Amino acid sequence: MRELLGQAWVVARKDLVLEFRTRTALLSAVVFTALVLTVFNFGRDPTAVATIDLAPSILWVTFTFAAMLALNRAFQLELENGALEGLLVSPLSRHSLFLGKLLANLGFVGVVEAVGLPLFVLFFNVSVGPVLLPLIGVIALATVGFVSVGTLFSAMVVRTRFAELMLPVLLLPFLLLPLTYAVQATARLLAGRPLSEVSGWLKLLAAYDLVFVAVATLLFPHTVDE
Amino acid sequence: MRLAQKGRRVALAGLLLLGGVYVRALAFTPVERFQGPAQKIFYLHVPAAVTTELAVILVGLAGVFFLFLRDPRLDRFAEASAEVGTVFAAIVLTTGPIWGKPIWGTWWTWDARLTSTLFLFFLLISYHVLRGAVTDAGLRARYGAVLGICAVVLVGFIHLSVYLFPTLHPQPIVLRPGKPGVPPEMLVTLLMSFGVFLVLYVGFVMQRYAIALRRDASGHV
Repeated sequence: MRELLGQAWVVARKDLVLEFRTRTALLSAVVFTALVLTVFNFGRDPTAVATIDLAPSILWVTFTFAAMLALNRAFQLELENGALEGLLVSPLSRHSLFLGKLLANLGFVGVVEAVGLPLFVLFFNVSVGPVLLPLIGVIALATVGFVSVGTLFSAMVVRTRFAELMLPVLLLPFLLLPLTYAVQATARLLAGRPLSEVSGWLKLLAAYDLVFVAVATLLFPHTVDE
Repeated sequence: MRLAQKGRRVALAGLLLLGGVYVRALAFTPVERFQGPAQKIFYLHVPAAVTTELAVILVGLAGVFFLFLRDPRLDRFAEASAEVGTVFAAIVLTTGPIWGKPIWGTWWTWDARLTSTLFLFFLLISYHVLRGAVTDAGLRARYGAVLGICAVVLVGFIHLSVYLFPTLHPQPIVLRPGKPGVPPEMLVTLLMSFGVFLVLYVGFVMQRYAIALRRDASGHV
């Protein structure tokens, strides 16, 4: 177990160092998030619909699209110069390779979300102060859920035609469920409902995470082995 | 006799039997008290929905076994089952609104059950899209298996979630605690229709399997 996580961390650190040194992908994902939030602002009639009714959907649609961008590049990176083959022949277990990629993607998406959330608060004037911690919990749980499935699929789509288009097509049906849970939980949090009304959704999100992290870790070796 | 030919015969028999079920449904099964004749579509809608789920579960199971045994027959079966499942899902999604318009007054509502069937349909479509985008046969089979397994897990989750949202959709009437909630004549017609849909499923899968077999034998993608 220790070795598994140690190896995973090595892979994750490699990806994150690469990401933070070039910054191109990260920066474009952050700018993309800001732009989507801006577009949402113009895509609604503020006099007709109260912001609080739309806010959870805006937040989650923005985050899922940003995550999709991030996931597309997770394995694209490894295709250049046959880097994936290098990783596969190295004495890394397949499971730690997957967990490493998952961690790196979580780091990437986490940074995008960390920038996106304050922008969301600023643009839509939603008060998140009193519910900040539970809201971060919801965001973290939902993100783990869809990034785990997304990491598995991004390993598959890099070797298909139209990879950039393929990932959203495969991933969106899997995103809808955690997205629904997260939107329900966020809506209740932002409306100031008691935490007991949210805990059910949190449990569902946690169950989704556990199941899909396990399934994706088990299935991942079959997507990369020859 | 070749597999495709056998499959055609089974499917043809299924279609004839389906005609028979509808003769029984229209002439010898009582008309539902509140919904009137619109309820007759139930004998298509419900068996098609159950067969879709069965098809998806079999895709997932075939996927699990394929990853262990690497037997191309399992992959061909998964491919065939997914495609037939897509057709049955399309039947569910067509007959549902036809019933919904007179009974609910709307073709579509974002109800949990309707949405989950739509999910299933999208999942099956993306399964075909993925298969179509991979050129290498071995890779295609493995990717198909992986996606099939994930899809079955997701369908399980969707089923759990369906009960959490308020619904307009009629609740299960046969497989529920206690006695089935339909009169025996309707139940018999429904069960016959289930049987017929299974025959149709088998017939279609046999034909689709034969196509996959030919493609693999010819060596083309």
